[in-house]
Amino acid sequence: MTSLKSLLMASAAALFATAAAAQNTHVRVAMQLEPPNLDPTAGAAQAIDSVVYSNIFEGLTRFMSDGSIVPGLAHSWEISDDGLTYTFFLREGVTFHDGTTMDAEDVKFSLDRARAPDSTNAQKGLFASIADVTVVDPLTVRITLSAPNGSLLFNLAWGDAVIVAPESIGNAATNPIGTGAFTFLNWVQGDRLEIARNPNYWGTPAVLEGATFRFISDPTAAFAAMMAEDVDVFVGYPAPENVPQFQADPRFQVLVGNTEGETILAMNNGAEPFNNPLVRQAVALAVDRQAIIDGAMFGMGTPIGTHFAPHHPDYVDLLHLSPHDPERARALLAEAGYPDGFTTTMTLPPPSYARRGGEIIAAQLRAVGIEAQIENQEWAQWLESTFQGRNYGLTIVSHTEPMDIGIYANPDYYFAYNNPEMQEVMTTLTSTTDPAARSELLARAQTIIAEDYVNAYLFQLSVPTIARAGITGLWLNQPTAAIDLTAVTWP
Amino acid sequence: MIRYTLGRLLSLCLSLIVASLVIFAVVEVVPGDPAAFMLGVNARPDTIAALRAELGLDQSLPQRYLSWVGGMLTGDFGISYTYRTPVSQMVLDRIGVSLPLALMALTLTILIAFPAGIYAASRRGRAGDLGVMGATQLGVAIPNFWFAMILVLIFAINLRWFSAGGFPGWEAGPAAALKSLILPAIALALPQAAILTRVMRSSLLDMLGEDFIRTARAKGLSRRQALWRHAVRNAMIPVLTIIGLQFAFLLAGAIVIEQVFFLPGLGRLIFQSISARDLIVVESVVMLLVAMVILVNFAVDLAYAAVDPRLRARA
Repeated sequence: MTSLKSLLMASAAALFATAAAAQNTHVRVAMQLEPPNLDPTAGAAQAIDSVVYSNIFEGLTRFMSDGSIVPGLAHSWEISDDGLTYTFFLREGVTFHDGTTMDAEDVKFSLDRARAPDSTNAQKGLFASIADVTVVDPLTVRITLSAPNGSLLFNLAWGDAVIVAPESIGNAATNPIGTGAFTFLNWVQGDRLEIARNPNYWGTPAVLEGATFRFISDPTAAFAAMMAEDVDVFVGYPAPENVPQFQADPRFQVLVGNTEGETILAMNNGAEPFNNPLVRQAVALAVDRQAIIDGAMFGMGTPIGTHFAPHHPDYVDLLHLSPHDPERARALLAEAGYPDGFTTTMTLPPPSYARRGGEIIAAQLRAVGIEAQIENQEWAQWLESTFQGRNYGLTIVSHTEPMDIGIYANPDYYFAYNNPEMQEVMTTLTSTTDPAARSELLARAQTIIAEDYVNAYLFQLSVPTIARAGITGLWLNQPTAAIDLTAVTWP
Repeated sequence: MIRYTLGRLLSLCLSLIVASLVIFAVVEVVPGDPAAFMLGVNARPDTIAALRAELGLDQSLPQRYLSWVGGMLTGDFGISYTYRTPVSQMVLDRIGVSLPLALMALTLTILIAFPAGIYAASRRGRAGDLGVMGATQLGVAIPNFWFAMILVLIFAINLRWFSAGGFPGWEAGPAAALKSLILPAIALALPQAAILTRVMRSSLLDMLGEDFIRTARAKGLSRRQALWRHAVRNAMIPVLTIIGLQFAFLLAGAIVIEQVFFLPGLGRLIFQSISARDLIVVESVVMLLVAMVILVNFAVDLAYAAVDPRLRARA
């Protein structure tokens, strides 16, 4: 009797142990938005990169969590003295998930496809400086530029620049075939997507045997799913108000990392009254960043004084140019010819930083006499009427593309900032490869746009990741949208 | 009967054409270019133009309307702009969640509403009736998504009897799939059951005042016997009409509940497609739902006519 009992208990324990072990080689990762398709070279949706970047697809270079660029499918490269020719040496023995070999022809195909006239690459601008891509031998590719481009290695690390194969790219929207440490398994649209470890990976194989991505957009459902342990990791957890509850719970760990998202109160520089620098300065001084971070983001976010990521080594702290000073803001408005303030529109896209932040900013602006009428817009509507149509006075948006200060050199951009000096700095920067000179130019650019008060720079967006305690290897920061699982372990 | 059927058929076709025009116009009028949405803020104008051409968005509105309608007539509902998969396949996948969910919710609704309505009618004005009516007031007033959250809090987070949401798929076995639909079905059924209970009760009370009930009572049936044998059956006509409406609502109207339980159903598909400006999916799915309602009405019309000769004569 006793032996039977102990046998039962032993088998129960064994069962339990296998169940636990099985669970730890597989993680269930939740994110808020579902990718519309799985081709990172044909769409701007960040959710695509979140799933496929580094897991399924790889580029010649790649981002690390701290934002640095390291070799990817190219193990090294040589840059000619004039900065016009880049020779990339590819890794040997790299195969796509369908078994075909990844070689220089695939690199040429991928880059030529991205920059072709009929390309639908959302970041086609990344490839603008490429004049020609030549196959030297199966493991060597030469890229010739029309002008020196100091950010080429950075550009090639983007998800939009991954290496794809001509045989399989046609079906990448539903069946992505890359070179990464995970292979695509299955996608139940609207619900979940599964990937499995690639046994033939060229580099260090992934520790996990597989992972499931789930798409949970509702903040309450996100809370419930984490609490009920239906998911193990939630990247970009959508309900910041619940974060303290997870921090207090020993079952979970909370990672609050930086993103490349400069969150700004954008002003329409091309129209009255924001074409007046005094008015823009008044708006910048009327805004109390900390109140917005505390009120809209529950304390998560780093204040910024210019359009640049504060975790970047070249960041210049320019917060002193726009301290919270309603008195001076009122004086500046009077000086600009608006002693009684004015009325304008503020369009707000769906994210909570905009919708919640907008309410707070409207109150802060009202305190200096500016009446901002809030108009909530869906993304598609915001893109059409605010972004493309420039039919707005103020708007709030987080610019999540990495190193995007160059948008201030584009007079056709939605905030319509036209300053030849800034444009010249950016042109010089593009053709500068010397790191010290680049840092100086970037500092100059940050100062110009801060002193011109082009927009009111609010804060660097933080993305909280909630994970079960014990999971390691997740990215803390988000230098690009990615949920890189290649180094994740769950002992 | 043939003339009547042809008349109804003509009106069916006209309804479908008008519906398709309205759906197309409304969806196309709403601002937001699908191509610009897909390519985001860094896209160049020539890239957006290339994608518009690829998606066929550069054609004129009448051209696009005709190719959409023409495609549907041959069973081709188009290819989703964002997912790049055939809309018909997506709808089929989603119906695999929405239809069982709607059926479960409807079954629960009926299981609650019939006994409750009959009980309340038979106890008219007494404490039992007042209790049921009070409960239905509450049931109508409570928003179903709030009720859903309470269910999740109790049964998923605290008791761990159910998962907080998601759908394991039918390949995981019918038991697992059905289990994941229980909480959403309860959340959906509660307000519907409250409505149906009230309809059941008032319809029964109407019947109890009819002559044939008095005759039945005069024949010596007790009040309860008359209710069960004669009133309930006759009271079913308005109740069935409401059930039909509720089913259509449950099939397509579970958008919020599908968000709360992150279920991959039709409602979530419509919601995602609208926010991504996946116009072709929105148009085709809404058209399908409208066509379904119109066809059901057509069938009901024919059924009425088969039963009621007066309708045939009028046509």
